[in-house]
Amino acid sequence: MNTMSPSISAEADMQSKGAAVPVPEHKRKDTLMEDKPEDTVIEEGKTVGKPFTDNPKFKLRNVDVSYGADRAIKNISLDIGRNEVIAFIGPSGCGKSTFLRCLNRMNDSIEICRVKGSFELDGQNIYESKRDVVELRARVGMVFQKPNPFPKSIYDNVAYGPRIHGLANRKSELDDIVENSLRKAGLWNEAKDRLDAMATGMSGGQQQRLCIARAIAVSPEVILMDEPCSALDPIATARVEELIAEMSESYTIVIVTHSMQQAARVSNRTAYFHMGHLVEVNKTDTVFTSPQHPLTESYITGRFG
Amino acid sequence: MTDQRSQAEIVRKSLKRRYRTERRFRLYGILAIFIALASLFILFADIISKGHTGFVKTTITLEVTLDSGMMYLDDPTDKDQWSSADFKAPIIAALQAQVPEAASAAEKRELGRFLGTFADSEIRDLLTKNPELLNTTQTIEFPAHDRVSVYVKHADNPRYSIKLSEQQQRWVDELLQKGIIDTSFNDVLFSRGDSREPANAGVLGAIVGSLLTMLVTLAISFPVGISAAVYLEEFAPQNKLTDFIEVNINNLAAVPSIIFGLLGLAVFINLFGMPRSVPVVGGLVLALMTLPTIIISSRAAIKSVPPSIREAAEGVGASKMQVVLHHVVPLAMPGMLTGSIIGMAQALGETAPLLLIGMVAFIVDVPDGLFSSATVLPVQIYLWASSSEQGFVELASAAIMVLLTFMIIMNALAIWLRKRLERRW
Repeated sequence: MNTMSPSISAEADMQSKGAAVPVPEHKRKDTLMEDKPEDTVIEEGKTVGKPFTDNPKFKLRNVDVSYGADRAIKNISLDIGRNEVIAFIGPSGCGKSTFLRCLNRMNDSIEICRVKGSFELDGQNIYESKRDVVELRARVGMVFQKPNPFPKSIYDNVAYGPRIHGLANRKSELDDIVENSLRKAGLWNEAKDRLDAMATGMSGGQQQRLCIARAIAVSPEVILMDEPCSALDPIATARVEELIAEMSESYTIVIVTHSMQQAARVSNRTAYFHMGHLVEVNKTDTVFTSPQHPLTESYITGRFG
Repeated sequence: MTDQRSQAEIVRKSLKRRYRTERRFRLYGILAIFIALASLFILFADIISKGHTGFVKTTITLEVTLDSGMMYLDDPTDKDQWSSADFKAPIIAALQAQVPEAASAAEKRELGRFLGTFADSEIRDLLTKNPELLNTTQTIEFPAHDRVSVYVKHADNPRYSIKLSEQQQRWVDELLQKGIIDTSFNDVLFSRGDSREPANAGVLGAIVGSLLTMLVTLAISFPVGISAAVYLEEFAPQNKLTDFIEVNINNLAAVPSIIFGLLGLAVFINLFGMPRSVPVVGGLVLALMTLPTIIISSRAAIKSVPPSIREAAEGVGASKMQVVLHHVVPLAMPGMLTGSIIGMAQALGETAPLLLIGMVAFIVDVPDGLFSSATVLPVQIYLWASSSEQGFVELASAAIMVLLTFMIIMNALAIWLRKRLERRW
């Protein structure tokens, strides 16, 4: 019941906001567009739609990220549900990747990056000082934009995570983990005969699925994907999307994507980011069929971005 | 339309000039490469033409009757008799048998001067080792004296002055014809240390000295350099202090090497009381000199490891240490090794700092340890090149060839390692 109240208040918020924030009148009447959606004033911390869920996996409140003087994320609050696929969409530079990287503290290594706010994974603060980032990353895996296999064999790529975490005691256990991970990533049939071959010799799509297998191998609870298909052709993209659908049964998946079709195909919920603000979050169908914020509407109808 | 046509006209006009510039630019490049190759060729041709005779030795092979009466020696094992014995007498007798013309005592003495200064000690050593050879006849090969050697090898070369009289030249020609005096591959060069006599001088001592020194240099500069580079690149915070350190490492790389020699003299020898002219001190000094090179090249190699690999490792939960040891260092290794080998090659050719710590001494024995007196190849070349004996000139060139061979091997090793270890990502 507790978690219901914010969601209701947010909805109410949205309605009031829809009415209270009119699109400012444009000064130049001769432009084709009556109003420039970019000029829409976004009130900080106001998100329309349903940013909160019951019993979330990730509970993120008042997140603020800045690179030196630049504020990349402006007071965002969001819940990420269990075993859901949530897509982050938005124009370039809107902060969606930055936000994603906060979820397993990948921004730690960037010295000028300052992260504020509360990040709870299953009720535990992940930014606590005593909290070990290695353990967090074993629980929250990541797949990157460009396939980045280690210049090692296919087997060693998948086995690397389990090895450093000591997840397998015997060679046979490790073999099982590698096989299972490759099977889940849909790569087993292609790779089983050349496990000792260099991973860098595979095609881009295979490499990306290998990276997914590598992330799965440490049995994470959450998998973060930062534009996983941007370097792949449509066929390889389709394979990865299929894979995401299969994986959503056992993992929570957060995917950043530039392709709205992809977001529509793979995700349960969609979050729209704009200039460091979280503008709208809702069920994917709702976002794409009846967006509630004018900026979201402009973006999904292709008026900018 | 006319606008467009005139624009095309302008472009076409400028094209000719552009292509001309391009051709000229390419020509400059080819010229530069030609100059570089030509000077390299001239250098090698000069060294080889001057030095190839250094690999040839002149010998006098004689059947010597080791007559005890002639040598005033009854028992070769008795050291007291050595001072009064005349070990040279049987050699001169054997030589005189081949040159009957030389009959007077003065002429015999001149014949004796055909042989190197150490011919008599060769007989003495032989007899001390094998006393049973006394009063037998043995065929023994002696190194010829520098004067004879120069005459045999360089009679037609105006850069060498022949120091034999007409008569002596006739005798040498006669002996040459009989095959008593002969030339063969100079194995002495690779089996002995330095000597006052060109015929007995070799580079083995200098090679061993160089190897021992390089061993110390490698053992210190490689681990220290790589650790420093990894720490500075991966772990050190970016602040004023690390900036200061970085600037100073770059400065150190530009410090003249003789300053390092002075440092070695002041610190290692005077302050720590380490001995002079030993490979340990030489190696320490060269390690200090090589360190900046290794650190700079290793840092560049670490920087060139793509960040995506680091992210990949961090993404599966590798700790900082694991990222560095499992991924960054192995991927940077080819670059680090190349830098280190090039640094070592530089150190191998270094002379100035070693002069100051006493490795310029005249050392006959082949060094047998890190703490025995030694010299190194470049210093040996320096010593020989400034010697007055004519035979040392060609030996210096031969030693230069040996040194260059080592450097070429090291550079080839660097290229081979880089090719072998290089991974693509």
